[in-house]
Amino acid sequence: MLDDFFIRALIAGIGIALVAGPLGCFVIWRRLSFFGDTLSHSALLGVTLALSFDINIALSVFFVSSAVAIVLLKLQKTTNLPGDALLGLLAHSSLAVGLVVISFLSFIRFDIMGLLFGDILAVAPNDIFIIWIGGVLILLVLKIIWKPLFASTVNYELAEAEGMNPARVNAIFTILMAAIIAISIKMVGLLLITGMLIIPAAMARNLSNNPVQMVVYSVIGGLLSVIVGLFASLELNSPSGPSIITAALVLFILSLTKINKFTRLKN
Amino acid sequence: MNLDKKEILIKLENVGIFQDNKWLVHDVSLEIERSKILTLIGPNGSGKTTTAKIALGIHKNIKGKVTKNTNKIGYVPQKISIDWTLPIRVIDFMSLTQTLQFDEVVSALKLTEVEHLKHNDLRSLSGGEFQRVLMARAIAKKPDLLVLDEPVQGVDFTGEIALYELIKKISDELNCGILLISHDLNVVMSKTDYVVCLNGHVCCSGTPMNVANNKNYKELFGDQASTLLSVYEHKHDHTHSTDGSIKEKKH
Repeated sequence: MLDDFFIRALIAGIGIALVAGPLGCFVIWRRLSFFGDTLSHSALLGVTLALSFDINIALSVFFVSSAVAIVLLKLQKTTNLPGDALLGLLAHSSLAVGLVVISFLSFIRFDIMGLLFGDILAVAPNDIFIIWIGGVLILLVLKIIWKPLFASTVNYELAEAEGMNPARVNAIFTILMAAIIAISIKMVGLLLITGMLIIPAAMARNLSNNPVQMVVYSVIGGLLSVIVGLFASLELNSPSGPSIITAALVLFILSLTKINKFTRLKN
Repeated sequence: MNLDKKEILIKLENVGIFQDNKWLVHDVSLEIERSKILTLIGPNGSGKTTTAKIALGIHKNIKGKVTKNTNKIGYVPQKISIDWTLPIRVIDFMSLTQTLQFDEVVSALKLTEVEHLKHNDLRSLSGGEFQRVLMARAIAKKPDLLVLDEPVQGVDFTGEIALYELIKKISDELNCGILLISHDLNVVMSKTDYVVCLNGHVCCSGTPMNVANNKNYKELFGDQASTLLSVYEHKHDHTHSTDGSIKEKKH
């Protein structure tokens, strides 16, 4: 009774949740949620380029998001504008440019809603392949850089002084962010990818007292959100991305009942 | 290796930083030797922390030359703030930049008398407790070089003396070099091998005695300087620990 497309969406969604869990923790710890937003907004430009030149969407999004991240780093060094203003500038201008370019692509049949909010019908077998291969690669790299990345998240100078290379691992982490956006855009939609990263991690924060525990809970929260969200999407005929994020929100709200107990225990 | 011969761990030659049209520090030269303690003193804004960060390679665009002969470095920064978003216990923090066995963690925390806090959340510690954890973390992997930027800030008076004694002991036992930054002239001077007095540049340097008698030093520190020559002596017939009940059992 489960349709093929639904099984595909489930497999794809589980892959995304496994990767989003640990990355989302770092997004929260490093206060990068607006940065994630900027990268995912710029993904629209990546999609339009992919459609214009008939290349793979994930690949194109990955390169455009990485390019935007590099531009951001350059701008941070050359202007005196505060970081959040630069992020807003890049997020909205790349979204705007993407939408303008899309309007020229009238020769392509195109579902803009699916792009913004995700579409389970759009998950093809080769998308599953990209999600799982990409996901495994992201997790492998994250495992390799975990220690220096975590150390430089806690204190950049301490990590630097004790021989880690925080500048390098930060750059690698930025690439991983671009990569997860690239693999999850079809499923979650570009407006909601940051939600997939931070809401399960935020829920996990309410329940954890150490970093590894937070990562584990974040993964579990993401998996539950994907499974519940996709079933709801199937039942209610709602778009997949918003359904998944709403499920994550419900989990987050439930976790709030735990947080008071936790802090009370501590004090 | 010949142990009698002095082994230089880090050497700064005429280093300085020019930033926003002024020198933060300039023309600082110093050497940190194995099993010796070098102390940087100087008023606020004299460039003590900046000099330490140059030595550690944290500051990049510097003038002059830094020669580093070791990568086994333990660092206690002047301040660290732990974000609420990050759930982290003392035990997680201990292995932040290093891989440690559980008993290494425990013995380092015991040295600074905060072993009982190992499962506590890092943000729940008091200033003094946190400072002791920072120390424990820095020494846990037995580094060649320890850089301590005001390591006793917020530690109570008896604890302060104990920590300075611990620093001295670490220097002897681990046979490591120590770069110490401190405000606390008289206690520090009695424990240190070499003193560099900074005020944007090296104002004077030498053994504690030499520096204490130096005209520039006296001008810089005024009255406080005169207390220096009375070498610190403090005797208790008992010792206190941060957590009395646990400590007393061991006596």
